[in-house]
Amino acid sequence: MKAKNRDQSLSDSRELDGSYDQLTDSVEDDFELSTVCHRPESMDKLQEQTKFTKKELQVLYRGFKNECPSGVVNEETFKTIYSQFFPQGDSSMYAHFLFEAFDTNKNGSVSFEDFVFGLSIILRGTINDRLNWAFNLYDLNKDGCITKEEMLDIMKSIYDMMGKYTYPTMQDDTPREHVESFFQKMDRNKDGVVTIEEFIESCQKDENIMQSMQLFDNVI
Amino acid sequence: MAAGVAAWLPFARAAAIGWMPVANCPMPVAPRDHSKRQDELIILNVSGRRFQTWRTTLDRYPDTLLGSSEKEFFYNEENKEYFFDRDPDAFRSVLNFYRTGKLHYPRYECISAYDEELAFFGIIPEIIGDCCYEEYKDRKRENLERLQDDQEENKDMKLPNMNFRETMWRAFENPHTSTMALVFYYVTGFFIAISVITNVVETVPCGATANQKDMPCGERYTVAFFCMDTACVMIFTVEYLMRLFAAPSRYRFMRSVMSIIDVVAILPYYIGLVMTNNEDVSGAFVTLRVFRVFRIFKFSRHSQGLRILGYTLKSCASELGFLLFSLTMAIIIFATVMFYAEKGSSSSKFTSIPASFWYTIVTMTTLGYGDMVPKTIAGKIFGSICSLSGVLVIALPVPVIVSNFSRIYHQNQRADKRRAQKKARLARIRIAKTGSSNAFLQSKRNGLLNELLELTGTEEDEQKLTKTTSLLESQHHHLLHCLEKTTAHEFVDEQMFEQNCLETALQSYPSRSPSISSHDGSMGTCCSRRVKRNTPLPNASVPPAHPVPTHQGPLQELSAIRIQCGDPPSHTASRSNLNLKTDDKGRINCKGGQITTAIISLPTPPALTPDGDGLHGPPQRRPPPPPGHPPAPSIQTTTSSAGTNIVKVSAL
Repeated sequence: MKAKNRDQSLSDSRELDGSYDQLTDSVEDDFELSTVCHRPESMDKLQEQTKFTKKELQVLYRGFKNECPSGVVNEETFKTIYSQFFPQGDSSMYAHFLFEAFDTNKNGSVSFEDFVFGLSIILRGTINDRLNWAFNLYDLNKDGCITKEEMLDIMKSIYDMMGKYTYPTMQDDTPREHVESFFQKMDRNKDGVVTIEEFIESCQKDENIMQSMQLFDNVI
Repeated sequence: MAAGVAAWLPFARAAAIGWMPVANCPMPVAPRDHSKRQDELIILNVSGRRFQTWRTTLDRYPDTLLGSSEKEFFYNEENKEYFFDRDPDAFRSVLNFYRTGKLHYPRYECISAYDEELAFFGIIPEIIGDCCYEEYKDRKRENLERLQDDQEENKDMKLPNMNFRETMWRAFENPHTSTMALVFYYVTGFFIAISVITNVVETVPCGATANQKDMPCGERYTVAFFCMDTACVMIFTVEYLMRLFAAPSRYRFMRSVMSIIDVVAILPYYIGLVMTNNEDVSGAFVTLRVFRVFRIFKFSRHSQGLRILGYTLKSCASELGFLLFSLTMAIIIFATVMFYAEKGSSSSKFTSIPASFWYTIVTMTTLGYGDMVPKTIAGKIFGSICSLSGVLVIALPVPVIVSNFSRIYHQNQRADKRRAQKKARLARIRIAKTGSSNAFLQSKRNGLLNELLELTGTEEDEQKLTKTTSLLESQHHHLLHCLEKTTAHEFVDEQMFEQNCLETALQSYPSRSPSISSHDGSMGTCCSRRVKRNTPLPNASVPPAHPVPTHQGPLQELSAIRIQCGDPPSHTASRSNLNLKTDDKGRINCKGGQITTAIISLPTPPALTPDGDGLHGPPQRRPPPPPGHPPAPSIQTTTSSAGTNIVKVSAL
């Protein structure tokens, strides 16, 4: 009798808990995610693979670990962190694209190595490296060319970050027009897509872009 | 921007690489880190306990003691540390605030000591995190109440310089302040008791006399009772008048419950005096005497418990109302059933449904007088169901309801409290957000102002207006500025945005000729370059900055400033049409009011020519003319060249 009652109460608590999986008769272990802790490679290795100095890596890691004590960033946290910099608009879409770009091994989380590799290219790479990285960001399906739809998504996400209160007032077709002008500039053979060569070539011809690429030299 | 993510600012700036190829204009210059200081550990010695942290951690909050230069006052040269003679335990939460961006309130800490520590370190308690905020507020309120209670106790001390009226009022409200008041208190209490007893005894039959049958004492000893009544009413009237005289706010006193009871208690007597012994009204007069029973409520001044009971009933009124409502429902149901069940039987007392109410109530409350009894079988069946359910409906839930209501009542209070705090919490979040965006807009204005001042070379003004923004802030603002440039739009605050909407709505016809001008509008925003005095522009064919006399407008907020440009003569006439529409949206926010606007040369970017290959099909926007504002004459009249190109220059 007693044993039965105990089992009964146990199953009751499991049901209430929600952690009991009726089908597989196992108690789902909720704790897995929170104890995952990822440690990055040693600093020496990172120093070899990236172009940051030891001190820079230290500063970067401290900031990284502060926000993500478990050692990896998932998309939610990523979006939250990024949104703190843009109080007026909605930066979640752009953060999503960034996350895809940083998460090179496509496992849904960005570890410190991914983070630092990406940053190394952007902040310490050559202009060509940077352009490559930007192209990779725009190419959502990673097929080697940017279509108008992909560019439109990116453009919309950038405009979303501005929010509602802008001057002049944001019109609905602004992103589309911007995409049109972008393709005008970039698409040399007018085939509707921008390949990596066209992209790099057009960017190298554009003074503004070249100049703004140099902004990243002094970020850190 | 939360300081916790300050460390991710380099990442956010790196992420801006996605905007660069898309932008059509050059990006603004990044702020330089002038002090290339390596991050160092600083030691904070708080009463002997040493805390160490990075300097940049403390720099996150420049408007607190530790984040600003105020801490230099506490620097100890010999030990190369900062010494604070404060409580190290409380300092832990202070330092954790810098580290994590969240301020926590430790529960073991005394609330006033904690407040003092926060005040010392320049941290406002409102930023306490949500996890600890409720606790903090509760403790604070408790403390305040405790202090208030202390203050109230001091009221008993006799204050000097109280006039007679105030003394009397105090005597009435707190009887134990003086002997006189106490005597008065007891005398009135005694007379209330007398009056109530008199009313009661009046109706008791006093025993038959020889000639008359049994009659109540009131009619037998009319004179005696009348004298008693008069005496009591005399006392009550005098008391009421004295209270009315002494009350600090007579109007409020007259509206209070106790005074109404007083009035109601003595009114019947006076009405009785006034009325003659007329047969018609004597019936009404008798009814009035019922109100004499209200004198018993005067006891509530004498009894604290009675007052609490009254307050409890008042506060539980809604719950009691609901109980009554559910009972009413049950009563109606059963009365209906009983009526139709007993309809058949003859000589049934259940003549109507309302008549059955009495039966239902008596049965459900298990009173069972027996004056109405069902006679049919159906009636008896339903009658028994009624009495059984009565037991359940009333006896069982009443204690449950009572405790439930008590629990719900407290829960409600807590829910209200939480809801109120939620509003406060959301408000705080919103304020933080708007604060952050406002900081950006503010810095834009300041930056623009600085540049104007730079151009005109008034050094003192510039120094006055420059606010030292931390490097972090300036980098963040640079990031937002790059975004503006990429999208060719600007951030504005809410009011400005609404103003704009209003203005665009007022334009009934967006005319076609400004199709190029709207080019102007949008391209001008993006691509106009601001000339620094020393750097020549590639196609600058215009005279250098020559100042236009001051625009003395009222000091108002500024989001962009209209600046005149010298126009190369090759431009088409249609542009000059637009240009005459100056709008003085740009009013300069400055102290002196003597700001001179500079003429800025406009390089001719390819998109501005009518056959531009830049943006085509631009949105039909143009700088909206202000509704009904007269254009500033000073700007217009002093332009010498005919086709002046007025270009809206975005800040910085």
